[in-house]
Amino acid sequence: MLTTRIIPCLDVRDGRVVKGVRFQDLRDAGDPVELASAYEACGADELVLLDVSATPEGRSTALEIVRKVRARLSIPLTVGGGIRGVQAAGELLEAGADKIAVNTAAVARPDLLGELADRFGRQCTVLALDAASRPRGGWEVVVTSGREHTGNDAIAWAEEAARIGAGEILLTSWDRDGTRSGYDLELISAVRETVSVPLIASGGASTPGHLLEAIRAGADAVLAASIFHYREYSVAGLKEFLAGLGEEVRQ
Amino acid sequence: MAGVELLVIQTGTANLASVVAGFRRAGTEPRVSNDPGQAINAEFLVLPGVGAMGAAMENLRRNRLDEMIAERIGRGRPTMAICLGLQILCAGSEESPGSDGLGIFPGSVRRFGGSMVVPQMGWNRVDPDTNCRLLEPGYAYFANSYRLAEAPLGWSVAWAEHGDRFIAALERGSVLACQFHPELSGDWGRGLIERWLAMGREGDRSC
Repeated sequence: MLTTRIIPCLDVRDGRVVKGVRFQDLRDAGDPVELASAYEACGADELVLLDVSATPEGRSTALEIVRKVRARLSIPLTVGGGIRGVQAAGELLEAGADKIAVNTAAVARPDLLGELADRFGRQCTVLALDAASRPRGGWEVVVTSGREHTGNDAIAWAEEAARIGAGEILLTSWDRDGTRSGYDLELISAVRETVSVPLIASGGASTPGHLLEAIRAGADAVLAASIFHYREYSVAGLKEFLAGLGEEVRQ
Repeated sequence: MAGVELLVIQTGTANLASVVAGFRRAGTEPRVSNDPGQAINAEFLVLPGVGAMGAAMENLRRNRLDEMIAERIGRGRPTMAICLGLQILCAGSEESPGSDGLGIFPGSVRRFGGSMVVPQMGWNRVDPDTNCRLLEPGYAYFANSYRLAEAPLGWSVAWAEHGDRFIAALERGSVLACQFHPELSGDWGRGLIERWLAMGREGDRSC
């Protein structure tokens, strides 16, 4: 039986791991290669590396980091952040990424998901979906690090993306990200009911109980950043907690 | 293992960085090629693969690698097939109807059952039959939508479960075919790669 994955996320800017509240107020959290190795040793099932650099120099630094992380890492690596086309995705895969996450560019041009799936395979194509709750219910897709509301329905977009080519969805609650108030469980359930591709829940985790809730709401994997970076909880400790409550995890 | 000659087949658009890095960490010096002469002579051969079976088979045939791979496996030369690499060794796949595989395993590859999360993405428990020599129990990383369910005669089998039981890996001497990715399966995967290399070395000495 497939186990539930625990995925630390490294937000990388200009060569360093940073983590912000709602993608802003970035604080330095360490060297990505060191952190990646430490997470693997601690039982992380996979890593996500999001390049939050804003400049071309930052982007080429990210490629170099992917190469260095790959040389050491023997678990899967998903890379996302600013990927606009098949060529940029190919460069990251050549550097050592196993999966490519696209967000803003896929909203602007959904066919990108199909192109990535045709070229590299569906299992390589991840849709990063940032969703913000609407005042009257439901969720809306937000892009460009949450600065832009698209008006598109998040659940309908998840369904369309999975049909076009996404082999996995990394679902971030924009309202919860960085707030430490727990995942948006209704959002997770709504997407789970709609798509049959694997679902990674993201945004808001600060306690072991939050991870358990997300798994029970239908997430196949849970992603978190700050609770690991600042050593509040270890991956191994969280797995022990989840296993004790009957969840299947790799230990 | 320094100086071990290991060739990774270039199966079209497959991303080989992780495979190359994984075998490098195990102490080999991997080269990437689709030259059939090198493929037949290499001490160790790895047949990786992601993407669709039809395209990968077409690429192998164009470079006459299909015959070379079948011959190597027939002679028991150290060969490891990974993910789509295993599926290429089967008779065919539901994914690419009308495109034959190498037929080394007589069964066909079929999509996971309707109610399952597909692709199967993540770590699944691998349970080897007692006659396996390379494969050990543990967790391996999978990323696949199709799988082989019928065990071919003459091969030792490791099983996993996603909805129903399917073939996680097959071994016969120094030939190993894995539906999972040993290069992404942490210490367990690295151990498997090292045992495969050690067995290949032993086999060479006894010849």
